[in-house]
Amino acid sequence: MLELFENPYVLWTALTLLYTVLIVAGVLLAVAYYTYAERKVMGAMQRRQGPMTVGPFGLLQPIADGIKLFSKETIIPSGANRPVFLLAPMMLFALSLLAWAVIPFDKGWVLANINVGVLYLFAVSSMTVYGVIMAGWASNSRYAFLGGLRSASQMVSYEVSMGLIIVCVLLCTGSLNLQEIVEAPRPLWMQALLFPMLIVFLVSILAETNRAPFDLPEGESEITGGFMVEYSAMTYALFFLGEYSAMILMSAMTATLFLGGWLPPLGISFLAFVPGILWFAVKTAAVMFFFIWARATLPRFRYDQLMRLGWKVFLPLTLFWVVLTAGLLLTFDALPG
Amino acid sequence: MDEFARSFLLTEIVKGFLLTLKYMFFMPRVTINYPYEKGPISPRFRGEHALRRYPNGEERCIACKLCEAICPALAITIEAEPRADGSRRTTKYDIDMTKCIFCGLCQEACPVDAIVEGPNFEYATETREELFYNKDKLLANGDRWEAQLAANIAADAPYR
Repeated sequence: MLELFENPYVLWTALTLLYTVLIVAGVLLAVAYYTYAERKVMGAMQRRQGPMTVGPFGLLQPIADGIKLFSKETIIPSGANRPVFLLAPMMLFALSLLAWAVIPFDKGWVLANINVGVLYLFAVSSMTVYGVIMAGWASNSRYAFLGGLRSASQMVSYEVSMGLIIVCVLLCTGSLNLQEIVEAPRPLWMQALLFPMLIVFLVSILAETNRAPFDLPEGESEITGGFMVEYSAMTYALFFLGEYSAMILMSAMTATLFLGGWLPPLGISFLAFVPGILWFAVKTAAVMFFFIWARATLPRFRYDQLMRLGWKVFLPLTLFWVVLTAGLLLTFDALPG
Repeated sequence: MDEFARSFLLTEIVKGFLLTLKYMFFMPRVTINYPYEKGPISPRFRGEHALRRYPNGEERCIACKLCEAICPALAITIEAEPRADGSRRTTKYDIDMTKCIFCGLCQEACPVDAIVEGPNFEYATETREELFYNKDKLLANGDRWEAQLAANIAADAPYR
């Protein structure tokens, strides 16, 4: 048995598998307690208490919810397209986990240190729209179909400006490798230049993950549950896990691209004794908090307002900013690499 | 121009965000942790019914049927006959709790403070039949809640 592990390929495969399991387990645990945190924080903002009954301070609530969802019956509507109906949640969930492969948790702590990390991340997170459309179509329900359509056009619209924002970051860092993006030197003027893009990016990730105030694909008050309306039990749980792990992924992405990943904030060197993964976790958690905060604060957008914001405000703004960033970098001869 | 700058700098949205943050950290909670923590209730609270007894253990109800007569929901059914010692007592005192509207007229009508509505409101049951209270159940309620019932009646006495 031990000789087997002397083979470098076997060892490599085993280690990669181990890391994968670790990351997936970590993400699922984070998702479970993110839902708890969301209920507690929203409760506090609405002067309520949030879950309090299961376990001390309701700390076991996510586990109870999980057990409930796992043990319920999965109902498949008779008019639904069974294979696609069942494939959609799995796909959404798998895709939201897939992207974690390129996220650097600390210096060198990355499963796949590929040179097109940003592209990979962007591609995988764009794919989630297929899961939503498939769910909307296969349910054979008007509400679900409307939700799927809304989600599709919304995600595509905001991906355009997200792509342009990422281009701004790439111009400043000169690399598509996420580790190099984190380590690239960022003088203060560059951070000031990227700050408006951070704001636009934060708004865009809300739209990209279908979160309030852009949760029109779910829109309980108009189209009941949107694309998830026909799903129950385990299939619903997969959507839920997929949505929340996509939120955590987007937070990690923001932390990596804008907030300096595992580096101590603002380049304060005496804080470097804190392990990098902790800084990464803190930064990610801050963006995750923003998701909840926005949900507790802002009412839902109307659909035409959403489209107007995406195409008429964010697209010109980010396009202008790409030109501005490129121009400034070229003028002051500060292009990296 | 002013409006343009304001919407571009997101001042309104930032204000909203700061408001929710203020609520999160500086506002007291308005909800209570219900099954473990309960809100205050008035001595006049009209909850589950009970039939009281005198301190010597004799039941108060004299079967005058005023409660049955006044009950607007017709929830109370009483049958009575003289007991062996000659006193008039109920042989049957039923309250259909699914009919009762908790108006409190029965306790107002009662000349001997026998039927009262107590402070208990947690008597949900799993079947409908369990909510058809008979005399035994009502007397048991009275025994269970007597201390608080007496205190409530005493607290309300000056206002009657």
